[in-house]
Amino acid sequence: MPSDRVRRATAGVLAASCLALWPAVRPAAQSTVRVVATTEDLAALAREAGGDRIEVEAIARGYQDPHFVEPKPSFVLRLLNAQLLLVVGRDLEAGWLPSLVQQSRNRRIQPGAEGYLDASLTARIIEVPAAPVTRAMGDVHALGNPHYWLDPANGRSTVRAIASRLSELRPKDAAYFTQRAADFERRLAAAEQRWDATIAPYKGLEIVTYHRSWSSFAQRFGLDVVGYVEPKPGIPPSPAHTRDLIQLMVQHQVRLVIVEPYFDLRTPNAIARETGASVLVLPPSVGGVKEATDYIRLFDYNIAALTAAITRAGGHGHDHDHDHDRRH
Amino acid sequence: MTMSMPLFRLVVVGIVLGGRASMLFAQPTDAQAVRAEFDQLRAEFDEVRRAYGDRLSALEARLLVLEGGTPPAVPLSPPPTDVPAAAPVPSGAAGAGGPQGALPVYGNVNALSKIFNPDLAVIGNFVGAAGKNSVNPSPALEMREAETSLQAIVDPYARADFFFAFGPEGADFEEGYITFPTLPGGLLAKVGKMRGAFGKTNLLHPHALPWTDRPLVTENLLGGEEGLAASGFSVARLLPNRWMFLELTGEVFGSDSALFNSPGQRELSYVGHLRGYQDVSESSNLDLGTSFAFGHNGSDGSSVTQLIGVDATFRYRPLRRTTGRRLLARTELMWSRRSEAGDATAFGVYASADYQFARRWFAGLRYDYAERAVETQTLDTGMSWLVTFWPSEFSQVRGQYRRTRYAEAETAHEVLFQFLFSIGAHGAHAF
Repeated sequence: MPSDRVRRATAGVLAASCLALWPAVRPAAQSTVRVVATTEDLAALAREAGGDRIEVEAIARGYQDPHFVEPKPSFVLRLLNAQLLLVVGRDLEAGWLPSLVQQSRNRRIQPGAEGYLDASLTARIIEVPAAPVTRAMGDVHALGNPHYWLDPANGRSTVRAIASRLSELRPKDAAYFTQRAADFERRLAAAEQRWDATIAPYKGLEIVTYHRSWSSFAQRFGLDVVGYVEPKPGIPPSPAHTRDLIQLMVQHQVRLVIVEPYFDLRTPNAIARETGASVLVLPPSVGGVKEATDYIRLFDYNIAALTAAITRAGGHGHDHDHDHDRRH
Repeated sequence: MTMSMPLFRLVVVGIVLGGRASMLFAQPTDAQAVRAEFDQLRAEFDEVRRAYGDRLSALEARLLVLEGGTPPAVPLSPPPTDVPAAAPVPSGAAGAGGPQGALPVYGNVNALSKIFNPDLAVIGNFVGAAGKNSVNPSPALEMREAETSLQAIVDPYARADFFFAFGPEGADFEEGYITFPTLPGGLLAKVGKMRGAFGKTNLLHPHALPWTDRPLVTENLLGGEEGLAASGFSVARLLPNRWMFLELTGEVFGSDSALFNSPGQRELSYVGHLRGYQDVSESSNLDLGTSFAFGHNGSDGSSVTQLIGVDATFRYRPLRRTTGRRLLARTELMWSRRSEAGDATAFGVYASADYQFARRWFAGLRYDYAERAVETQTLDTGMSWLVTFWPSEFSQVRGQYRRTRYAEAETAHEVLFQFLFSIGAHGAHAF
């Protein structure tokens, strides 16, 4: 059947030629650096450093749990032309980012390349396990707590790292990036003074959080996290643990349970009913609520919501209304 | 070198501090000025200490991350044994281009010596069955397989993945391939033994299926559990356009799969897959594909089998809730033509839905319809109902009630249950 083979070979050559001619990457404007960040927090920090000389897109939405993002092919398209990929690191994106980066076919953003920036490498990381970890401890992060961006000092170091990397990628705009980073640091320092003053009266306040998302935030602003709604990281609340937690909260007179927007409120509400505490939904990320449009506004929102909730808890004793908090 | 600078500064600050302390005794009247200077030096000392600590932790983290993005599960710790990690360089051997300082001792039990080891994971798949099925009986209790995976980055240009399955029939080399993710022209190439990109379920390992078994159409038309998996090449290319994600995959295999198997394995088989994907909203998306497979089989390899497949998947997952209701609805249709049975054609389809109704609970449904590839005019149909419980991300318990109406006019009713459990660092699955 030579004619069949010839036909097949011709068809193959034609198909291969069509494919070869199809442009691999879309041409894009050269004036800006194309940046993809895994979270909206990193995207917001990149905007601070890059201004109008970069185009930024985030993968995970601010109201989404960043541990569980589906590696959708539409994200591959975003990575296809990226010149810089910003990652939170410390295994936060371990379940979904590696396959996206591999499928992106983009050599510039592979781990170790110039366009791959792990912001955790310049941040101060807490809760790094000192002893070997096992999964009996739940879905524990063996490289330390990855929610480090909730300490403004780490926001500052991240912007510096981004500005420095952008300057390497686009040397002619280096002065612009450096100046923007310095300007951000000035605004952040002023904001930190404001936040410190607001939260100062509540230093040492004992709180309970759902997941360990707030460790860096609590340490920075002097709050004391005495318990978690989750018995272990990533493990849903169990009746026995909830009972113990209620006891602990009563003993310590804990008045506030902080919950990330993407967790179920049933157990926190039940705990609040039993203990007279208040449930406060706080966004750990930019974009988690519509008011948190950038990094500084995220803290503005969270600190205002937190102090308002503490005041309410103090003002109305054990009997309060959770509905207001639920609306966030 | 990075650490030597802070160390040097530390020493300098120490010397200066010592010098200032002696001045303190020499000029007690100027105590205030000296105290101010002392405080400043102390602040500098603290700053150096902090910078040193930060750099050290950054370096440690960088060392871990440089291992390919998936660092080991335990932090680095000192060697647990007394075996020396380094030996002194013999006298006279140092200098003149020879080694200096300490030489590494190979084979020592040191965490650092294992840092380049691949990620290792084992997934256990235990299946039990009750009920009657004389056409395709399942063992009452079976440790069906232990899938072992070894995955790592090879070098700056490639990564490698190996999967071995150990089961009642012995060890099976399931897959083992190298992937080149950064080839010119937007190509993603694989070389080795791998599952062919025909449709959706053929690419999935048993533990990644939402059922305890494979659909009837896979059993009847696509070579069963082993399916279309063989040694060969795979090249995938994105076709960027303004409307949707479009990816074309072309594969060439030898004839050593369960589907295409010719004596001597001299003939080649071919698989092509076109995948289109579009987000419908941020919570839902549509994934469409069409596949083609062509290969040889039969006693002398002269028979030709052609397969055409169409697959469609709809996913819904609200982003705002970790515990949200999730839906995955999927169907695959396949047409087969085999020359060994007088150009017998056969058609098969399955349609399934998997719905997450609570944080750790899923309910599923599957409908099967499949003609048999070589026995013309024979048809098997089936229906399955499933419940899955996830104690954690790393284990699953599944129950399946399966009713199958075979062409032999027998209806089998079975209850299957499955325990899946995973240890180690199994890589993320493709979407």
